[in-house]
Amino acid sequence: MEQVLELKNIHYTYHTLDGETPALTDISFSLNKGEFVAIVGPSGCGKSTLLSLIAGLITPERGLIKINGKYLRESTTNIGYMLQHDELFEWRTIYHNVLLGLEVQHMLSAKTRARAHELLDIYGLKNFEKSHPSELSGGMRQRAALIRTLVLEPDILLLDEPFSALDYQTRLTVGDDIGQIIRQEEKSALLVTHDLSEAVSLADRVIILSGRPAAIRQTIPLIFSLEQDTPLNRRNSPEFKNYFNLIWKELNCDE
Amino acid sequence: MNEFSKEQLNFLKGQKKHRRIVNISRVLILFSFLFLWEFSANVGWIDSFIFSSPSKIALCFWEMVTDRSIFLHIGVTLYETIISFILVILISVLAAVCLWFSKKLSEILDPYLVVLNSLPKSALAPLLIVWLGANRMTIIVAGMSVAIFGSILSLYTNFITVDPGKIKLIYTLQGSRLQALTKVVLPHSLPAIISNMKVNIGLCLVGVIIGEFLAARNGLGYLIIYSSQVFS
Repeated sequence: MEQVLELKNIHYTYHTLDGETPALTDISFSLNKGEFVAIVGPSGCGKSTLLSLIAGLITPERGLIKINGKYLRESTTNIGYMLQHDELFEWRTIYHNVLLGLEVQHMLSAKTRARAHELLDIYGLKNFEKSHPSELSGGMRQRAALIRTLVLEPDILLLDEPFSALDYQTRLTVGDDIGQIIRQEEKSALLVTHDLSEAVSLADRVIILSGRPAAIRQTIPLIFSLEQDTPLNRRNSPEFKNYFNLIWKELNCDE
Repeated sequence: MNEFSKEQLNFLKGQKKHRRIVNISRVLILFSFLFLWEFSANVGWIDSFIFSSPSKIALCFWEMVTDRSIFLHIGVTLYETIISFILVILISVLAAVCLWFSKKLSEILDPYLVVLNSLPKSALAPLLIVWLGANRMTIIVAGMSVAIFGSILSLYTNFITVDPGKIKLIYTLQGSRLQALTKVVLPHSLPAIISNMKVNIGLCLVGVIIGEFLAARNGLGYLIIYSSQVFS
């Protein structure tokens, strides 16, 4: 299997005037091409910090990150990052929100514009291109945010609890929806979540982190014997409950 | 047209009546004030030499309109106000951007801005004449001095209240800090910049008139001082 992302012995500590808080200790794992990995852990354990490190927003104190075999600093691979909130700009239409990343990276061209229109069409937002974000439902907004990320053709997608701001019903459908889109576009994805059922329904592999400072407690591969492996079908399968309980037990084993 | 129910019609009628009462009352207050002023000056309750009266003001205004002097004064004041207003907006946006770019700079300058903003600018106008001479520049600087520090402070405060998630988004898209400014901070702050402009145009006018009190041959401020000295 080709590795798109590799983390080796990552340490990270937050410094404030009141003292230092170790957030990550000795994290090592890798992500294969086309794989969907979920990272779960207690809230505040440093899950989001991990994504910020991979996206290059902060640098680790120790350890190294390689993307497609190159060090993060030299890497030219596009990494898509989906945040907890959609962060759509109210002063732009949906279409222009989708173009934001292209504008920032100076990649606006007839071809990329056509791609943006195409993606908006495929994922059901064609009629909302000229609408402003406030006119859309929470699920549609999150889909627009995903298209904004996908139009940059990222090789790796980082998802930072992208569904947690939605209500439960929307969360299920949007999670299902976005999971399918990511598989359809054959992206490698890293999902951070505290919702175990979300992790089990979407991922190929679940990495369980301990409480702060976070270390990897265990990695559980998920294998479902389903004809159609969709998140919703997974939720109804007998394996789902077993995996859920397994991860739950692993998360709570020291209490 | 849709058919409205009786209750809806009643509601609309009530709303209409409400608007009418508000409008009529507003006009009524103005006219009764002017009438009372005129009346009390005529019967001698107040000294019209000191308090003047609406008819005298109208007459004087008409005289100045016919000899065209009023247009000169209004024009001069307007010109100076607009120049100082434009300078205030340009400088304060630029300064707020610099402060936003450098957290160090903003922390260093913060106490100075607060002190400068609370200085009694009108009391400093005589100093400006000494420094810059009794000319138009002094008046424009006086106009700017009233508005500029408050304007910088309020714009900067608005710049730093931008949702940090939106700025993080720009960084996750591999954008620079300059792009965070042009794509997020400035569009977000546009309403604040506009409301800031509304406040500043008034403040600039105040500053310009103060300047004209002291260092002008024409303009509305000069006219006020001149008239109060000759009791016209």
